[in-house]
Amino acid sequence: MINPASAGPKATVGRLVDRNDFPILSRTINNHPLVYLDSAATTQKPTAVIDAIANYYRTTNANVHRGLHRLAEEATTAYEASRRTVARFIGTNDDQVIFTRNTTEAINLVAYAYGREQLKPGDEILFTEMEHHSNLVPWLILSKRTGATCRALPIDDSGNLRLDDLGKHLTARTKIVAVTHKSNVLGTLNDIQTIIQRAKEVGAVTVIDGAQAVPHLPVHCNDLGADFYAFSGHKMLGPTGVGVLVGKRDLLCEMEPFLGGGEMIREVTLTHATWNDLPWKFEAGTPNIADVIAFATAIAYLQQIGMETIYRHECELTAYALERLTEMPSITVFGPRSVDQRSGVVSFVDRDVHPHDLSQLLDQKGIAIRAGHHCAQPLMRRLGQVATARASFYIYNEKQDVDALIDGLRYARSYLGFRDEAC
Amino acid sequence: MHAAIWGFGMKPAEPKLDDLYREVVLDHYRHPRGKHVIETPNVANEGHNPVCGDQVKIALKIREGVIEDAQVISQGCSISVASGSILAEQLKGKSVSAAQQLFAAFSALMKGELLPDDVDLGDLMALEGVKQFPIRIKCALLPWMTTRDALNAYETGQVTPAEPTTTEGAAK
Repeated sequence: MINPASAGPKATVGRLVDRNDFPILSRTINNHPLVYLDSAATTQKPTAVIDAIANYYRTTNANVHRGLHRLAEEATTAYEASRRTVARFIGTNDDQVIFTRNTTEAINLVAYAYGREQLKPGDEILFTEMEHHSNLVPWLILSKRTGATCRALPIDDSGNLRLDDLGKHLTARTKIVAVTHKSNVLGTLNDIQTIIQRAKEVGAVTVIDGAQAVPHLPVHCNDLGADFYAFSGHKMLGPTGVGVLVGKRDLLCEMEPFLGGGEMIREVTLTHATWNDLPWKFEAGTPNIADVIAFATAIAYLQQIGMETIYRHECELTAYALERLTEMPSITVFGPRSVDQRSGVVSFVDRDVHPHDLSQLLDQKGIAIRAGHHCAQPLMRRLGQVATARASFYIYNEKQDVDALIDGLRYARSYLGFRDEAC
Repeated sequence: MHAAIWGFGMKPAEPKLDDLYREVVLDHYRHPRGKHVIETPNVANEGHNPVCGDQVKIALKIREGVIEDAQVISQGCSISVASGSILAEQLKGKSVSAAQQLFAAFSALMKGELLPDDVDLGDLMALEGVKQFPIRIKCALLPWMTTRDALNAYETGQVTPAEPTTTEGAAK
């Protein structure tokens, strides 16, 4: 259970944060207060983050790493201070933090700058059946380009990876192992420590998609020991357009650049160019300065609460949602039953009402959920579904949001003329 | 207050849910027509909306240019199921060219265009409210696009189109 007293300065009973910190949460949708249950897609932003963007443009705006005037100096300092904040937050060193647009671009950076150089026909790439397209498609492209083969580690019926099968799929031919830290559909928290360890034993490079993990639980990259770890700022209170790739120094040093242009070079002649140091070697062109700086404000907000507290809060909400959903016999929930193995995300279908209709009818009550394949079509196929409904939680959600969801689902069924046989 | 910051292209009034889920539509959704099996169809096709995952299979019995029977098996949301069910009812007894005209008229209705005077949309008019919900228009069109492609294939002597129908990709 969460002890509100330890939950940061703004905690109130039953709530982790002051909802007034998030201006959008005061909106009404169809005359109902907004109940936002789509944070796995993107989170809402606190005033502090919104202000950080505006303040940067109002007071500091200049290009980084170039000018010698005051503004350029301040912008560069703030940009690099943000990198330091990220590095400390994620448990790594400053020069191992590369800013990208998002998780997808971070994974593509690895696929292009590492994969294309290293892989050859006969090599294998191992991903899993529960990956988001962003940790699948770059590898399919890489496989087409290099002649390497893709393999998928299956999941079991409870929505956990079949780690028992790892030995069958992980061989001396495996060169890249790409795994999500936490499923965006099932909420399954994967045992990536074991996978990273086993991958190391066969000499494979590990690429972890942390987009659904870093916002929700404490993650320490250097302790985990993954070769590459990717996540996105906008799923953790930050602005869109900021992703992070954390990489091992030796690999980043060996790799050729991903994109060429300004910023990433040391010296250029008409016939030759040499590369900048880490991490700038991988940050070609003017970066997303304002949003990177505001991302540090988002991290500060999360650190005030504490990632452990956030994790417990979401486990509690998830457990409550799983319990309340069992009240509805028409609902089937996917993924592990226990919050030891999952958190933050609950995907489900109703026997009678399609996810799109559920979403549309919940929207009528001001409730925002996601309906569709969640960019995980292979997983949908494995679950035997074309689409699911998904509710996902974050720090501003509370139990009454789950109650609103259950009431909304009942409303949707009754609106479409289906009866709850349990009533 | 928020409308001011939404900018161009936003409708001032919020779309009405009751216009989307009309009683006729819900009746077709709960009791879809055309689920019976046609043993030897003259043409068949499958359609798919890759964005939302909706799927439909259609099979048509055609004799002397007239659609005698239509089978429609839908897996999808209320709008695509209801649209397919209405389609199954309306195609029966129509000539192939009249069916193509009906598709053109329904497509115009979804796009908010003027309808030709001489086309009676019948129950299909119940789907008019869908046009207020742009993301659902393709749900309504899926079974019809699938049928259009089937009829085009039939007219060139094929039993199925070369490619299944998809709501995405090259606009037709």
